Amino acid sequence: MNQFSYMRPSNLKAAIDAVAKDTSARFIAGGTNLLDLMKNGVVIPEKLVDINRLPLKDIQLNKDILHIGALVLNSELAAHELVITYHPLLSQALLAGASQQLRNMATVGGNMMQRTRCSYFYDTTMPCNKRVPGSGCGAIGGINRMHAIFGASSDCIAVHPSDMCVALTALDATVLVAGPKGNRRIPFGDFHRLPGNTPQTDNTLGKGEIITAVEIPSNAFTKNVYYLKVRDRASYAFALVSVAAALDISNNIIRGARLAMGGVAHKPWRLREAEQTLIGKAPTTENFRVAANIAMTSAIAYKHNAFKIPMAHNTIITALQKAAAI
Amino acid sequence: MKKQQVGQSMDRVDGRLKVTGGAKYFADHQLEDLLYAALVCSPISNGHIKSIDATKALRAPGVADVVSHLNAPPVPGYKQENKNPKQGLKIFNDDRIYSNGQPVAIVVANTLERAVHAASLVQVLYSQETHHTEMSNNMDKAFQNNGMKDYVRGEADAWKKAPVTLEAEYTMPIEVHNPMELAGIVAHWDTPDTLTLYAKTQGVKSVQQTLKELFQIPEQNITVHAPFVGGAFGMALRVWPLEVATILAAKKIRKPVKLVITREQMFTLVGYRPQATQKISIGATIDGKLTGITHEAVAITSPYEDFTEGIVGMSKFMYACPNVNTKYQLVPLNISTPVWMRGPGEATGAFALESAMDELAYKLHIDPLEFRIRNHADTDPEKNLPYSSKYLKEAYQMGAEKIGWFQRNPEPRAMKEDDMLVGYGMSSGAFGAYRGKATANAILKADGSLVLRSAAADIGPGTATAMVQIAADATGIDPAKITFLLGESAYPEAPRQGGSSTVSTVGSVVNDVCKTLQQKLGELAINHLPAFKNAKPEDIIYEDGQLLLTSDRSVKISYQEVLHQQSLPELLVTTTSQSGDERKKYSMYSFSVHFAKVHVHPATGVVSIKHVVSVADSGTIVNSKTAASQMIGGVVGGIGMALTEEAIMDHRFGRFVNNNYADYHVPVNADVPPTDVLFINKKDPYINPMGAKGMGEIALIGFAAAVSNAVFHATGKRIRDLPITPDKVMQEKNEI
Ligand SMILES: Cc1cc2nc3c(=O)[nH]c(=O)nc-3n(C[C@H](O)[C@H](O)[C@H](O)COP(=O)(O)OP(=O)(O)OC[C@H]3O[C@@H](n4cnc5c(N)ncnc54)[C@H](O)[C@@H]3O)c2cc1C
Ligand code: SF4
Repeated sequence: MNQFSYMRPSNLKAAIDAVAKDTSARFIAGGTNLLDLMKNGVVIPEKLVDINRLPLKDIQLNKDILHIGALVLNSELAAHELVITYHPLLSQALLAGASQQLRNMATVGGNMMQRTRCSYFYDTTMPCNKRVPGSGCGAIGGINRMHAIFGASSDCIAVHPSDMCVALTALDATVLVAGPKGNRRIPFGDFHRLPGNTPQTDNTLGKGEIITAVEIPSNAFTKNVYYLKVRDRASYAFALVSVAAALDISNNIIRGARLAMGGVAHKPWRLREAEQTLIGKAPTTENFRVAANIAMTSAIAYKHNAFKIPMAHNTIITALQKAAAI
Repeated sequence: MKKQQVGQSMDRVDGRLKVTGGAKYFADHQLEDLLYAALVCSPISNGHIKSIDATKALRAPGVADVVSHLNAPPVPGYKQENKNPKQGLKIFNDDRIYSNGQPVAIVVANTLERAVHAASLVQVLYSQETHHTEMSNNMDKAFQNNGMKDYVRGEADAWKKAPVTLEAEYTMPIEVHNPMELAGIVAHWDTPDTLTLYAKTQGVKSVQQTLKELFQIPEQNITVHAPFVGGAFGMALRVWPLEVATILAAKKIRKPVKLVITREQMFTLVGYRPQATQKISIGATIDGKLTGITHEAVAITSPYEDFTEGIVGMSKFMYACPNVNTKYQLVPLNISTPVWMRGPGEATGAFALESAMDELAYKLHIDPLEFRIRNHADTDPEKNLPYSSKYLKEAYQMGAEKIGWFQRNPEPRAMKEDDMLVGYGMSSGAFGAYRGKATANAILKADGSLVLRSAAADIGPGTATAMVQIAADATGIDPAKITFLLGESAYPEAPRQGGSSTVSTVGSVVNDVCKTLQQKLGELAINHLPAFKNAKPEDIIYEDGQLLLTSDRSVKISYQEVLHQQSLPELLVTTTSQSGDERKKYSMYSFSVHFAKVHVHPATGVVSIKHVVSVADSGTIVNSKTAASQMIGGVVGGIGMALTEEAIMDHRFGRFVNNNYADYHVPVNADVPPTDVLFINKKDPYINPMGAKGMGEIALIGFAAAVSNAVFHATGKRIRDLPITPDKVMQEKNEI
């Protein structure tokens, strides 16, 4: 690890200034991802700007919109009464992530900004376009069991590893950002991006911009929701595939549906077409299968991850069955 | 008579020290002027070092030195002209690179952070040659060395003639040693030829021996301390190049140096369970009598050492089968040398044999448990000897009843609980019950307390606790007044802690040295105490820490009073003890039986183990609590082997891609179900004075097969390739 300087500003402007002006400066929140990246020499910041003193730790309900500060801890958020009551899908997704110890440190902003877990990205002796643009993609011809089946490019097939973000995508959240040029609001689905030919860029956050909060609008998905994560061990493992399913059912008819997948793409993967086919239908396995088929149409597999296509298909059906309690 | 201690569930004597942080592990030793080391490891997998430029590293703050083959002190034990090419990795001897992750330099600085940083500044240029790391592409290189003879009993390949046959191939990946405590060492040369080490080892004496050879210094000049070891499972049974590298750095710099390797380096520097491919061909009569077993195994090794273990062993003696033949070969790859990992080769072999037994039972339409009983070996068919003790049939019955085996519907894919498929599987395991040679001191103190010393190890099973219990029974002294000291090379010789033999070997000498102590006390009494004057040694009995006359039990004296009367501050005796002819007359094995109940989620392929019953037939249980922990630990390791553990390599580079705790999946608490441990707990009459056979290995041997057999029972799908991850079990699309 290189030497670096450290500061801990207590107002937002100072934090933004510090990072905006210094190309090698980084925000640090829980540090659960950044420190690993630094130890492996993947990220070599010369300055760490610790944001833990910023006033971004509130959880409030304002006019039916749930406002979650960027520094709220994953464990705190998962256990929060407002989340359990109004957005249980988010709580389930959070609890499926990492381990209790990690969730006790991990923040909402850090979770969104966490880098891929692609092994080649973490090993500086290996090629990786995301780490060193132009060096090649180690995973495409290498070990790609954990990699993308949707939206990948010939430059990068990595996946975004977050569970929380899958639920936030499904719940139509909005990301609140502050930066040198003022504040912005970004629909959650537009926050992360596909790799294209610039896989080094994970998301649409600009230099010096900081996530201040996430907002979730009110919805009817309080009962028939399920987050199903398929993984290699029962806890503390990243998703092979995961599905966030939320249904609004009345009189045995689906009035509203939300579906998103994790572990399958460079961003949390929303399944809008599949959602649409469910509206107005009865919650049956047959209808769920139709949705799953639609969801999987554009999937492409690599050498070791072909299993993800049937697995994702089956997981969508199972998650919907569990959400509908059938 | 006092309550017998052997068999009690006594608390660990060092438990308090361990949970309060009082136990000092090797890395806890802060010597004066201690320096910290970090390794520079090769990113290439075959070739040579062209150059090492340490200029930048040497200029970095706090750096003491960068040691490599260019400047390391010579190691007199590296025999330059030996013709045998397989002499192990001679660290810092030359520029040759055999495998990825091989250390090329050690950087030493006054803080760990500075050493790590400076290591990243060392610039090494390599000339690369083609490497071979993929087993399946290198099967043509398979060979046998002199120690790997084929085995034939009766007729080879007799299975072919059987009415019902099975041929199946079983594969398992590299499993890596991942105990919590990382490997490393603290090394200090007190003088140019006296060396002090704080080590992570399963045998202080064997470290001393290895280093005596390497550095050609007298044994007594090497002091090895390892009273506490944070888990080892076989990885610390030998001295590794990383330790020699540190010792060389300490020699060159003339200051104490500490190295603790990284988790990533654990994948390349301390051995692993070798990847293996096994073919079992097996035949039986239609009423389920085995007629032939052929077991062929191929496993990987390094270019510079042949690592062999007991992969095909169990097939030779486990079942009463007239015809058995085995073959065992090695494939050398550009990878570091494997090492024993709990259960070692027998666990690999048992996965294949016990899966094949299950497969054949289904083919025969015979219950897998019944099939095993029909082929039970009443005497050892390999050695043609009676077993010293064997209660395997009882173990089958106990386990079966506990898990509810007889209530299962034996049809595959016939049982369900909610949306889960339910499966029950079973298997058996066996491992040689050994007894080696060991020496111990017993020191009776004036206050009546007893100190025992032997250079044994405790990598976690609770060695000292068991020894205190054995000594308490042998002497009648209150266990609270007995201390057993281990893990110091200055103590009398004991073997490494491996092969499930510590209780047998060291326990025997503890028993015997206590007897020697009593004899000595008896002699003192006869020679110096009027009340015992005319007694013969056989007239004296020893009870509750006292000497009594058989003829008149009111004539008695406590051990400490004997010392007191002679004004002796203490009494020290030493005894060596080993097995005798009994090993020629009997075949000695410990046996285990494992039952697992699994849930399989058919759509996603997720397997969760819901209940485990493991039964141990390992003679007398010395401590029921530590023994149960030992068995549960074996189950946890077995779950890893069955469901989660696999080191994955990118063969283009010869590098592991999941070399960390996040991506290499050891089981977590949520993977481990309620586990019932049952003991036969019947004394083996021959093995040793306690009648206790080993247990560490059988806890794991066979377990993976119980799980894969249960997965088959649940799903109808046979998984012959470990680990059983969801993708292998999952149903095809449209099946749900
Ligand atoms: C072993 C392991 C297993 C894991 N398993 C899972 C899992 O199963 N599922 C899952 O979802 N996650 C998992 N995680 C990831 C974990 O959720 C993230 O590491 C965590 O959420 C990151 O949050 P943090 O606050 O610690 O971020 P940090 O490490 O502090 O920061 C991460 C990045 O975010 C940036 N950042 C932080 N806050 C802000 C902000 N407010 N605005 C702008 N940028 C910011 C930092 O500059 C940095 O680049 C795992 C992590 C580990 C180490
Ligand atoms: S998939 Fe992306 S992150 Fe992984 S090696 Fe390729 S470019 Fe790098």
